[in-house]
Amino acid sequence: MCAKQVKKAGEVPTTGHEWDGIQEYDNPMPRWWLWTFYLTIIWAIGYTVYYPAWPLINGATQGITGRTAAGDTRLAVAEEIRRFDEANAAIKAKLVAADLNAITTDPELDSFARASGAAVFRTWCAQCHGAGAAGNVGYPNLLDDDWLWGGDLESLHTTITHGIRAPDDPDARYSEMPKFGADGLLEPAQIGDVVEYVLQISGQEGYDPAKASAGAQVFADNCAACHMEDGKGDRTQGAPNLTDAVWLYGGDRASVTATVTNARFGVMPKWDLRLSEDEIRAVAVFVHGLGGGE
Amino acid sequence: MWDYVKLVVLGVIAVLAAIAANYAHDLAYMVNAIVVMLAAALTFLWVLRSMGEPVAASANEYNDGVVRAGVIATAFWGVVGFLVGVVIAFQLAFPALNIPGIEGILNFGRLRPLHTSAVIFAFGGNGLICTAFYVVQRTSAARLWGGGLAWFVFWGWQLMVVLAATSYVLGGTQSKEYAETVWYIDWWIVVVWLSFLAVFLGTLINRKEPHIYVANWFYLAFIITVAMLHVVNNVALPVSILSSKSVPAWAGVQDAMIQWWYGHNAVGFFLTAGFLGMMYYFVPKQAERPIYSYKLSIIHFWALIFMYIWAGPHHLHFTALPDWAQTLGMVFSVMLWMPSWGGMINGLMTLSGAWDKLRTDPVIRMMVVAIGFYGMSTFEGPMMSIKAVNSLSHYTDWTIGHVHSGALGWNGMITFGALYFLTPRLWNRERLYSLSLVSWHFWLATIGIVLYAASMWVSGIMEGLMWREVDANGFLVNAFADTVAAKFPMNVVRGVGGLLFLSGAIIMCYNLWMTVRAMPAKASAPAAVPAE
Repeated sequence: MCAKQVKKAGEVPTTGHEWDGIQEYDNPMPRWWLWTFYLTIIWAIGYTVYYPAWPLINGATQGITGRTAAGDTRLAVAEEIRRFDEANAAIKAKLVAADLNAITTDPELDSFARASGAAVFRTWCAQCHGAGAAGNVGYPNLLDDDWLWGGDLESLHTTITHGIRAPDDPDARYSEMPKFGADGLLEPAQIGDVVEYVLQISGQEGYDPAKASAGAQVFADNCAACHMEDGKGDRTQGAPNLTDAVWLYGGDRASVTATVTNARFGVMPKWDLRLSEDEIRAVAVFVHGLGGGE
Repeated sequence: MWDYVKLVVLGVIAVLAAIAANYAHDLAYMVNAIVVMLAAALTFLWVLRSMGEPVAASANEYNDGVVRAGVIATAFWGVVGFLVGVVIAFQLAFPALNIPGIEGILNFGRLRPLHTSAVIFAFGGNGLICTAFYVVQRTSAARLWGGGLAWFVFWGWQLMVVLAATSYVLGGTQSKEYAETVWYIDWWIVVVWLSFLAVFLGTLINRKEPHIYVANWFYLAFIITVAMLHVVNNVALPVSILSSKSVPAWAGVQDAMIQWWYGHNAVGFFLTAGFLGMMYYFVPKQAERPIYSYKLSIIHFWALIFMYIWAGPHHLHFTALPDWAQTLGMVFSVMLWMPSWGGMINGLMTLSGAWDKLRTDPVIRMMVVAIGFYGMSTFEGPMMSIKAVNSLSHYTDWTIGHVHSGALGWNGMITFGALYFLTPRLWNRERLYSLSLVSWHFWLATIGIVLYAASMWVSGIMEGLMWREVDANGFLVNAFADTVAAKFPMNVVRGVGGLLFLSGAIIMCYNLWMTVRAMPAKASAPAAVPAE
């Protein structure tokens, strides 16, 4: 069975084995295949001599280059970060020392702050406010000029540093709208009336005039303290302007009813523990420059 | 007597499963317990009804019934797995398809492990088990060892698939990629897998041939290694006997390393060694040519087995894994290149002298394309394991493209070839119902794979470049969401590619079905070498 047999003239012999009709030629291994295999092995040995590779009892071989940046990926990354930090150190110090409102007047500082701020925004802010800063339901659009807590550089800087209703910062911007419906402060009929009034003052069509005029009194008694008598809001309390077309949680009848009934309590984290002062300033300048800055 | 023991055991299992379902701590566990209860009850009824019936004395024939069942299961789970893949591909392109009403059951996060397990373990696993049963009988000239044990392996594996699928969509998971199955399913896999090993090994030991055929080396390596990998990676302590949750024995970077030692060798031994076993039988049979080189098969087999097991750390480049382990993972991956290509050379060169069949036989064409994709992805893999390349490709769609050129191109196509080979023989039909439908399947699948792989290459490289792009001051240029938005067209092309691949598989099912239903039976009995 194992005797070599020649199948045809000019054909390589088979090994003589046969399984279910399958035979095997006794061809040699292709030379290029074998040599490429040897080469990868030689290369592998060389590579493991050059870089950290072989485990020992305590630790591992460090490669003939030692713990260099090339051999240690963590060192390499740390090295790259250090290089940029060093290169940026002077201008960062300048950014921190500068008067906030003077940053944009210095072209070098301005372009650095915008680049840095853009990177900070993409990394930390885009999750809620969107990569293009156009916001989402519950997360303000930062491209327009409608600001809840103020859109000048100082206000932005404060908001970013301490957050909004951030529970871990006593300096966070804070206000709380009462739950007029859920806590029984207003009757459902009164809520219905005041919602029609809000639809009226925000310039929407299709409101009920009779209810709206009844709602005007409800508004004056319950809402005007924060949203002001004219409904234009109050930035010191983060109370939104209700007379424009910009809505954080929706301006249709159902959304406004939900807001009056259950209130809203949007939270933004404080950033002073995660971002350095120069980064906070940079992202403030970036947001300020998006179009709505005051 | 033996039947009574079976009845008692099945009855006890059904009752215990009912009790476990009643006291279950979580939904996944409860539904799994109900599935076990139903499975035990149905088997109980089946044993009861078939009691006392004379056992058909068929010891002189091959056990092909279990292979036929395996062919059906492979085709069925293939379509299911591809379908789920198409769904999640479109969920990535159009997030609105994560429909709010079924959020938490059929959203991407739940369906993704369902897809990977369905294609790897249900489609690939059934394909491997049934071809292993077919090949080991033919090449050993011996009937499957263990009597009904082969059927236990078949049904046990289907039960595993159903348990895993129901558990995933209800939130049962170990959160380990390709090893998501929860602890009690892991135990069941061990039982079924060791039975598989026993059947395979028992048949090999009973062989009438003096030598063990190369396909069987690969199948055996696959079965043994997968058993070892599965057990070590899944060592865990259940939180409660009534809960699907468990705490893994390994923690931190050791856990990550063991997971990718398992994960990479699931690729190396499940999706490579096992399928090479398939190739080593079906390619020479279909081409009717001898294997190209016996020497090459020995050397590349042992080199592959020795090298693969070390390559896992390349999944953890640039992580908390120590640099030395990363280096070793990388160099072993590069050394693995030629051992992998040994299989490709042996497969392709086996066809030399039979190249004309490529024109006339679409089944051979399918196998050739499978071997081609095998060669391509086993070049791509070592290349991606090189740290400089990996720093670009890691975590991007490139990896997804790589996996799918291997899974769709190599595993899928070689399995389709095997199914086209097996069906007429197992059902004793003269030929396949339609070769032109095989051609349709071939082209739909090939174009689908090309669309899939090409779109993921573009998407992955773009993603990698966007992530690392920094400006002159070292600041990031792109937000993560920017890369997601930029990937949209490629995600759509990927979904279309998957759809083509799925259509091809459905055509195959129709073709196989019609082969069994409509083709005339072959005049003479099959089995070239009858088991004595």
